[in-house]
Amino acid sequence: MKQFKVVNNLTPSKHGKGLMMGRPYYTDDLAEHHSLVVKILRSPHAFARIKNIDTSEAEKLPGVECVLTHKNVPHVSFSRAGQGYPEPSPHDKFVLDEYVRYVGDEVAAVAAVSEDIANQALKLIKVEYEVLEPILNFENAVDNKVVIHPEDGIHEMFPIGFEPKRNIAASYHMNVGDVDEVFKKCDYVVEETFLTQAQAHAMLEPHASNARLDAHNRLVIYSSTQTPFHMRRILAKTLGLPVEKVRVIKPRVGGGFGGKQAFHGEMFCALVTLRTHKPSRCVYTREEVFGCSYTRHPMKITMKIGATKDGKIRAIDCHSLSDTGAYGEHALTVFMIVGSKVLPLYNKVDAVRFGGDVVYTNHVSAGAYRGYGAIQGNYALEATIDVLAEKMGVDPIKLREDNSMREKETSPIFEIMGEGTKGTAMIMESCKLPYCIKRGRELIGWDEKYPRKEVGPHKVRAVGMAIAMQGSGIPFLDMASCTIKLNDGGSYMVTVGATDIGQGSDTIISQIVAEELQTTMDKIIIYSSDTDLTPYDCGAYASSTTYVSGNAAYNAACKMREVLLEEAAKLMEVKVDDVEFDGKIFKAKGKSLSLDDLSTMRLYNNDTHQIAVTDSFHGHVSPPPFMAGYAEIEIDTETYEYKVLNYVSVVDCGTTINPGLAKGQVEGGILQGLGMAGYEEVKYTPKGKMLSNTFDTYHIPTCLTVEKLTTEFADSYEVSGPFGAKSVGEIGIDTPPAVLCNAIYNALGVRVHSLPITPEHIFEAVKAKEGK
Amino acid sequence: MLVKFKLNGLDVKYDIEPGEFLLDTLKEDVKSLKKGCDGSACGVCTVLLDGKPVLSCSLLTAKCDGHEITTVEGIQDVAEKVAECFGKEGADQCGYCNSAFALIIYALSKEYKNPTDEEIKRFLVGNLCRCTGYQSQFLAVKRYLGGLK
Repeated sequence: MKQFKVVNNLTPSKHGKGLMMGRPYYTDDLAEHHSLVVKILRSPHAFARIKNIDTSEAEKLPGVECVLTHKNVPHVSFSRAGQGYPEPSPHDKFVLDEYVRYVGDEVAAVAAVSEDIANQALKLIKVEYEVLEPILNFENAVDNKVVIHPEDGIHEMFPIGFEPKRNIAASYHMNVGDVDEVFKKCDYVVEETFLTQAQAHAMLEPHASNARLDAHNRLVIYSSTQTPFHMRRILAKTLGLPVEKVRVIKPRVGGGFGGKQAFHGEMFCALVTLRTHKPSRCVYTREEVFGCSYTRHPMKITMKIGATKDGKIRAIDCHSLSDTGAYGEHALTVFMIVGSKVLPLYNKVDAVRFGGDVVYTNHVSAGAYRGYGAIQGNYALEATIDVLAEKMGVDPIKLREDNSMREKETSPIFEIMGEGTKGTAMIMESCKLPYCIKRGRELIGWDEKYPRKEVGPHKVRAVGMAIAMQGSGIPFLDMASCTIKLNDGGSYMVTVGATDIGQGSDTIISQIVAEELQTTMDKIIIYSSDTDLTPYDCGAYASSTTYVSGNAAYNAACKMREVLLEEAAKLMEVKVDDVEFDGKIFKAKGKSLSLDDLSTMRLYNNDTHQIAVTDSFHGHVSPPPFMAGYAEIEIDTETYEYKVLNYVSVVDCGTTINPGLAKGQVEGGILQGLGMAGYEEVKYTPKGKMLSNTFDTYHIPTCLTVEKLTTEFADSYEVSGPFGAKSVGEIGIDTPPAVLCNAIYNALGVRVHSLPITPEHIFEAVKAKEGK
Repeated sequence: MLVKFKLNGLDVKYDIEPGEFLLDTLKEDVKSLKKGCDGSACGVCTVLLDGKPVLSCSLLTAKCDGHEITTVEGIQDVAEKVAECFGKEGADQCGYCNSAFALIIYALSKEYKNPTDEEIKRFLVGNLCRCTGYQSQFLAVKRYLGGLK
């Protein structure tokens, strides 16, 4: 392990104290007092056409200042996905439309002087609907007589397999070698089909935005967003504004998990403020956060794997169907990750095939969500690997050890599959997966516990495991940048577009800059992110922050160091090469100069100028973090209720810039993954109305969910990362579904093929087995 | 109707609607107060009513008349110490639930001298956090109760 001064230290989060002490920092804390309150009228039908909408009564209500309907807003199709340009998601959404495509879809928006008046006004809007037959089962969507997007004016930005008349938002197919031929030569072939459910993000801060016009008559949007720069571009384009007329400020974000990559109330606040010239604010209710934002894409995945008697996995064939709901946000890219960040785990195969469709239904739209297809794919792959191991009569850990990715190896999939486009070939410069598997096995006590032990009447304890990989940003697409300015007194002002959404990017970027400049954390002032004041960053998604934004900060800090050495050399009248700098004092040829003095001289006394640098980074590779996950569960063999006694994670994310925050990312991901694996499920009535739209009807993990989390990091160094780091935001969420599925199998001998793995689903699987 | 109570040690009065909840009464004035749900389920809006944690989203402001309300602004020293413990355990993430945790931990420390792990968890269970695995927060609480060791 390399020795660092600031990096790899458990430095407290930059805003830890301020936030705990309650300082105003979140979007709605910063709304202007007496802002107009924006409320949204939502569709009661899963699919309908608005025949007539009468807002006259609402407009007459005293205190109502603006009513927006599809008749008076720009009719420009766009994607709310919050991605780079051109987006890999179809432009299939209008600010407001004559069609509504799920229960909760936007019909109209009202701005009034108070929330009460806005809510009253919503009730006064008269809407006449032509109710249409919805599609609520995604397996019936393709070529259904019902077409969810029959309208004109929608399009793909580049070929993504967009066929709206067939209810297909995107489709994808790839293959390496001839899978069917290889299967014929295999001694063992297994095929399993799995269903994954919609999961809600359930971040604690509801979606919030507000708008105002500044002294320059520019539109200023505060938004709880993961992607301020994408938001500025998309909002300006859709509303027909020059980009320079719009400023997007991201204050503190209270959790995102992908859900805040997209648009929520921003378009309405913008329009209200532009029309009324008054500030406006929009905060979603918890019901709206659940029912009118996004979920994880539900999928049906069939995984077929073949192996030969020598213990080698020879071919993988994965076919999937994904439900994107009413709109196609992230349809293609989430789908591709099911293959591209899952199947390379077993890179020694002779052939691999992946493909399928992403279809529209009349459910809440699916969008970006931590794991982003990898959690769905990992469940199917890693559960099927256990099935294969049993069929082959080999130890499931040995099968993984013998066939999984190693350091200095590659997979042809990397070059074929990218983020909606072609990928990038890369070698695994860091991959400590074998260590992760071995260490996890020790930490869980596998050899004593596998597969099961009876611990009492009707009580069984069992263990299960899985391995996973993710990525670190999107090569050749994601770009981040960082500006560092020297202040008098020798501190640094660091401005980044990187979006701290709670994952700690402000802190780890500060650590990276402090490390390179050999200074301490108190000398770093960091500000993120504001489209006026900070340089560009693509935003917080795709596990990009530590690697992409971190590298940008590293590059900028290196540049600042060079500039400082040059400045010191000039002031000390020596050659640059002779100058040494320890973070505080420059020394050369017996002379010395403090950074404090240098900074003061350059601002006040001697050849005065501002010392500042900017640099950027975009990756040529996306080095995957890897992990092995293990769980020990205790299950009641009569009720099938079970409890996770210990969840062991051993993670290779390169250098942990901040071990505390990295652990927080892993453990938070594990718990969110266990929620998905165990009980979280977005449920609808037969008519498509969401039933699970409160914390009482949609349970998320509490502090009682798991008895113990054991998290360790492998000693690993990624040469292309900042100080050896890879990203760590998503990897934690990937293993729990497969781990639980495998542990339940080891406990009871039944495999649950649909998430969440509830006692009911286990009971059904037991009954099905008994019936055979 | 006019309601008078003590807010963080100061006498305040509010002219309220009879059915108004404390969160709505105070939200514009007390910026630490957050709304996480509309159903008394997440714990983010926790305040102390005469020292006991309650959810301000479902506490009628009228019921506060003559009582004492504490938000994190009223226990800044405690919050700072709790924050130090969170920092040492890597328990900081988005922070949206943090002020409520500080209040809960303060109340816990008043109610129990040496709480067991089970008692701590029972006290924290009503405060949801979607970012952490709770374990770091739990360790931070133990660190705080143990005197910042």
